[in-house]
Amino acid sequence: MQRCEGCMAYQFYPRTICSHCGGQGLVWSKVSGRGRIKSFTIVRRGISRAYEAPYVLVLIDLEEGPCMMSSLVECDPDSVVVGALVSVAFQSWSSDIEMPVFKLV
Amino acid sequence: MLDKSLRGKVAIVGVADTEVGVLPGRTPMEMGVEAALAAIADAGLEKGDIDGLATCNAMAQPMMYHAEATAEYLQIFPRYCIAAGAGGGTTFSIIHHAASAIATGMADVVVVAMADAMRSGLTRDQAMMVQASTGHPEFEQPYGPTVPAYYALIAQAHMAEFGTTQEQFAAIAVACRAHAARNPAAQMRDLISVEDVLESRMIADPLHLLDCSLVSDGGAAIVLTSAERAADMQHAPIYLLGAGEGHSHEHISAARNLTTSAAKEAGQRAFEMSGMRPADMDFAQLYDCFTPTVLVELEDLGFCEKGEGGAFVESGALMPGGSLPVNTHGGLLSHSHPGNPGSMFALTESVFQLRGDAGARQVVGSKNALVHAQGGIMSSHTALVLGTEAS
Repeated sequence: MQRCEGCMAYQFYPRTICSHCGGQGLVWSKVSGRGRIKSFTIVRRGISRAYEAPYVLVLIDLEEGPCMMSSLVECDPDSVVVGALVSVAFQSWSSDIEMPVFKLV
Repeated sequence: MLDKSLRGKVAIVGVADTEVGVLPGRTPMEMGVEAALAAIADAGLEKGDIDGLATCNAMAQPMMYHAEATAEYLQIFPRYCIAAGAGGGTTFSIIHHAASAIATGMADVVVVAMADAMRSGLTRDQAMMVQASTGHPEFEQPYGPTVPAYYALIAQAHMAEFGTTQEQFAAIAVACRAHAARNPAAQMRDLISVEDVLESRMIADPLHLLDCSLVSDGGAAIVLTSAERAADMQHAPIYLLGAGEGHSHEHISAARNLTTSAAKEAGQRAFEMSGMRPADMDFAQLYDCFTPTVLVELEDLGFCEKGEGGAFVESGALMPGGSLPVNTHGGLLSHSHPGNPGSMFALTESVFQLRGDAGARQVVGSKNALVHAQGGIMSSHTALVLGTEAS
């Protein structure tokens, strides 16, 4: 994840300027992969045939501060609650892209 | 010193809706032009009197130069001509701009006309493509968010933070339908109950099918002019007393807050200009693409405290005869939702109400109203305060 060398804040999604202080000294930094569910929904009608419903769409507040959208995988959808702790996993999206998804801790 | 406030300087002098619902074979351009001509006639004007035109692009008939194409179709030759795009927020945002254009002399008489054919003009695959066009292409879309899902994230957060219930969201759909039942123009008029909403198919928890707005064809237009010129028109002018916008994010994952939106700033700015308070509004038309938006807007616009939207709705306030009738035409939930033009009908309805021409659904004696629209996922907000008296 991007981190500002000036104010040390993390940001997501990546951009050319720091969203906190406007600085341009941004470096890639390893993060914990841990976070908390900010909100979620169980999508019962998928967006296309490629997405088999039901699936769980989540907003994750990452330990480092930023929020990101993701999928919650390998869970009972009906047991998901706001505030639950999660950690990252990676799912292959194509032959050369892996997507960060999350699992309940 | 130059008075920069728009308060009372501009009025709506003509309004018109097309038929709405399922209208196969009608193009957005045809419907937009029909609405424009009817609104001009409602104002008692000729199309040659129009020197400003504002439109919104149509999903079912996209054009690079939409306003120019509309002017050409109408054979009018305006000096102010613009197509704007801010999703569902386009409507009142462009009216804010058009009013400013009149106040600064860019135009004397502006038509704002919008129409789309989301129900009959799009193929199923095109409709899904429209839906997939929302969200960040790299960091949101790959996870499969649907439009209802984005709003479900807001609803779920409100439930977790304030204990809001599905029944309370459902009560908003029930109120809109109760208004629509009194409106012969509405697409859906059969009364529904909270149980009906909860028993309808789950789309994205906690949103059921009946928590979601309609998909419709249709269009509407208004004519705006200066307060001075408005005094000579065939209908009593409906004045723009306040206008305010708030813009907080584009992507829901970048929202400052899920349960407080920039409707708060939009409302504060509009009320400040108008010199009135939420309690002075006789009714309100609030953007209702999904039921939770109305609940958040009631709080953010100051009609109740933050976190108390559920109880406010449950009290019946929004219903016909309630303390704050909301979406008196039926809203996007029950009147129609032809995409970005959707909230134009909330505005034309407000004018019908303030003129006293709303028939069986008339809010008796109403003099002031607030209309609000938002685009994106609670991203682009505009609130307008309307009234029957300029001062």
